[in-house]
Amino acid sequence: MRVNGAERQAPGSARRLLSDYLRGDLGLTGTHVGCEHGVCGCCTVLLDGRAIRSCLMLAVQAEGHEVTTIESLSPEGAELHPVQRAFQECHGLQCGFCTPGFVMAICGLLAENPDPTQPEIEEGIAGNLCRCTGYASIRRAVRRAAELMQEPPPPASPGTPPTARGRVVQSPPPPASPGTPPTARGRVK
Amino acid sequence: MKPPPFEYHAPNSVARALELLATLEDAKVLAGGQSLIPLLNFRLARPAHLVDVNRLPGLDRVYERDGGVAVGATVRQSGAERDPLLRERCPLLPLALRLVAHHVIRNRGTVCGSLAHADPAAELCAALLVLGGHVVAESTRGSRVIAAGELFRGPFETALQPDELITEAWFPTHATGEVGVLEESRRHGDFAMAGVARYRDRVALFGVAGTPVMADPDDPTRGLQPSGDLEASPEFKLHLVRVLVARAYGRAG
Repeated sequence: MRVNGAERQAPGSARRLLSDYLRGDLGLTGTHVGCEHGVCGCCTVLLDGRAIRSCLMLAVQAEGHEVTTIESLSPEGAELHPVQRAFQECHGLQCGFCTPGFVMAICGLLAENPDPTQPEIEEGIAGNLCRCTGYASIRRAVRRAAELMQEPPPPASPGTPPTARGRVVQSPPPPASPGTPPTARGRVK
Repeated sequence: MKPPPFEYHAPNSVARALELLATLEDAKVLAGGQSLIPLLNFRLARPAHLVDVNRLPGLDRVYERDGGVAVGATVRQSGAERDPLLRERCPLLPLALRLVAHHVIRNRGTVCGSLAHADPAAELCAALLVLGGHVVAESTRGSRVIAAGELFRGPFETALQPDELITEAWFPTHATGEVGVLEESRRHGDFAMAGVARYRDRVALFGVAGTPVMADPDDPTRGLQPSGDLEASPEFKLHLVRVLVARAYGRAG
């Protein structure tokens, strides 16, 4: 099977759940496990581009398929993925335990539906539990991620101010962090 | 978490799958796994063999036949939900699917798997029943049609024999205005405390008996004796049935 673009050896035992295989065998501990029976959504990954629960699938079943985990979104040193940036900007996380599952579920949602309505956003994240945020900021983050992913790539000219890109700002302003360069905001990965 | 020990089989033809089901002792079919894997994780099921049907060719089709639409064994619930043919010819199924668990679960769960699992609160079982659909069960002994009215025998219990595989489910064609499905649950995506699937003047209830049951729209609670649970008392379930049936027919509940 392919995990984050790399060919990986099959699990040794058919009893190995995909979630345990990713974490235990491959060391990809960004995929979290919470309830381990499909309720909490922490272990959500993409299987051939669609969001699924990795705790409800045997690893052997993923053979011949492509698995995408949170680690692939922003490899070492790379810019954050638009969904991750949206979470940062909108305070979509506190303790962070549920975050990888939310981010992968939202990646799956936006791949199928790049411009979801509010009810579609709520339906899209309804299968993930968060005990910190109360969901309001996560809903905003989905909206913001959809905007970020639809933005045209920044023009090549470094002199162009960010406001000239025709971007429609609807969601909350970016965090006041002085470290965030304004040019980083309009980028589409 | 680790499922109990089992031997895993991933046949790549229907004939081979049926042969395995016919010869192996205590084999269980693994389709989407969205109910079976949790049961394994909790050790509530301990089959000696799992026969994974996900690699069987030709079972991922949705197609028209005999005045209805057939849905193959490996068609995912989310695929059926989006399917243009089902939306046009069999709208009750996409409507019911929207109430099944969560989108991420439906990306993996199958329509036929839900019917074979026969959860008393399953929307799809009630949809098959109210429409008068059927499943096609195949084994090395041959193929047979099991009508919805015959299929559901009790909670998680069907008329399927251990060596039989549901290769497709068939739903009669109908118009959007003729059908509806309503349910009440504590949280979005939970199993319903009570639910109603309607087709013209026919009503099937789910979540209120050991199987989905047909009911009289004018007196839907007649003969009904739901058992209570943590979420709803028997009285509340009966109340929900009355309200939901009234709403299904556009009457005030």
